[in-house]
Amino acid sequence: MTAVLPSRPVRRPTGGRLIDQFEYGLDAPICLTWELTYACNLACVHCLSSSGRRDPRELTTVQAEAVIDELQRMQVFYVNIGGGEPTVRPDFWHLLDYAVGHDVGVKFSTNGIKLDEARARQLARTDYVDVQISLDGATAEVNDAVRGTGSFATATRALENLAEAGMKDVKVSVVVTRENVSQLDDFKALTDSVGAQLRITRFRPSGRGADVWDRLHPTQAQQRELYSWLLANGDDVLTGDSFFHLSAFGEALPGLNLCGAGRVVCLIDPVGDVYACPFAIHEDFLAGNVLGDGGFQRVWQGSELFADLRNPQTGGACTQCQHFDSCRGGCMAAKFFTGLPLDGPDPECVQGYGETALAARDLALVTPRSHLDHSHKGPVRGQPTLLGMPSIPPAKLCDESPLAGLDLR
Amino acid sequence: MRGVLIDAAVAPATGTAFDPDLAWQRARSVALRPEPFGALVYHFGTRKLSFLKSKTLVRVVETLADHPSATATLAACDVPEAQRATYVRALADLARSQMIERRTEGPPA
Repeated sequence: MTAVLPSRPVRRPTGGRLIDQFEYGLDAPICLTWELTYACNLACVHCLSSSGRRDPRELTTVQAEAVIDELQRMQVFYVNIGGGEPTVRPDFWHLLDYAVGHDVGVKFSTNGIKLDEARARQLARTDYVDVQISLDGATAEVNDAVRGTGSFATATRALENLAEAGMKDVKVSVVVTRENVSQLDDFKALTDSVGAQLRITRFRPSGRGADVWDRLHPTQAQQRELYSWLLANGDDVLTGDSFFHLSAFGEALPGLNLCGAGRVVCLIDPVGDVYACPFAIHEDFLAGNVLGDGGFQRVWQGSELFADLRNPQTGGACTQCQHFDSCRGGCMAAKFFTGLPLDGPDPECVQGYGETALAARDLALVTPRSHLDHSHKGPVRGQPTLLGMPSIPPAKLCDESPLAGLDLR
Repeated sequence: MRGVLIDAAVAPATGTAFDPDLAWQRARSVALRPEPFGALVYHFGTRKLSFLKSKTLVRVVETLADHPSATATLAACDVPEAQRATYVRALADLARSQMIERRTEGPPA
């Protein structure tokens, strides 16, 4: 870790651009992601947190309330709650009210499983809560291949319930993949039709996403399409500022073109572990736990890992590139989980340096894997199956190749 | 700047026109969070974020309510004459995004 990160120097400059200030970190996150549970009714092939089964060490209701109290004290005004599927926690609705009652606004991400008409009406009555429905295809065919049979119907039913109840500013969140990038206009039409707002984010090789990244991440040509689409439609579409690597095509995209990991954002996972970002659930990016002495504040302000991240990058191949000021070297998690050095190009570098770097990897390289995997162990109802890519391993090796397992030496 | 990693867009330009000779205050539904470079500004009503890029500007916003006008506040905070126009522009932006609001009751004596 320390070998690839810039060594910690330098004092924060006075004045200058905000983006330069953000590189040195903030006293509290601008917002943070809080995954309430690893439990999920789905088994999406690209799940960033390898969710499925509940972790027995999950924070209790009382512990979660204490986290909210601390966020209020630190003036973190906004959290993104996710999972897993957060609404399967029995105390989810209580924690939602508790957060809102303590000046911590909530946006929560859900596949829609619990959003029946009654819940939709309840949410419409609650100020200070945003709902975000996940959808990874504008058609059931494309969506369900990734998220599981029936998940498109569940999500669209939830959207209809929310619209019917008069819920405002509902978001539809799409992870952009090779399969759905051609559907961006369709997504826009779909969200417009229910009065919702479209949010699209970048697909990273995190969690189970690593297993399908080669197959699902957008091609170079598709990235160019996506960039043009964002320039044309970006003002009406939310992106979580996740596509800043595309800014190296030329014109900067709207938003903060910077990796915010450990600087302005972080992740609290279901057991209270704090990681630099939601896409970095790996021991190398684990900064501490909210249950430790000093709580979340001590972790955010005192962790050595975060101190190391709070520096501008000064070395590495990318700093020599004329586009470095646009893309800032791209996404840390995307590099890490594809086995690339953190001070080199993003695997999806639009100038092509990423492809070169991927090709130059040692053939024996084993890409880093998270120490955590809460994936369902057995089959799940509606289990997604990418064509040509069975998600359940063959029962016997010879099911795959007649020569498998033969020692041919 | 839009998004700021959290999709909470910076406020649209719909607020009040800014007259520095009138009385202003930090909007009642706005909180300031101190940061090393200044402050993060959050509007609980519009859920919009903004940033104050200097500690002097933070002091100006926090003490608007103590002075009969924005101009008087700038003077009281020792904002150099040469920077007054920049500060007025910053306050006008904050008025547009509803982070500061007109104060109707009279200024303190």
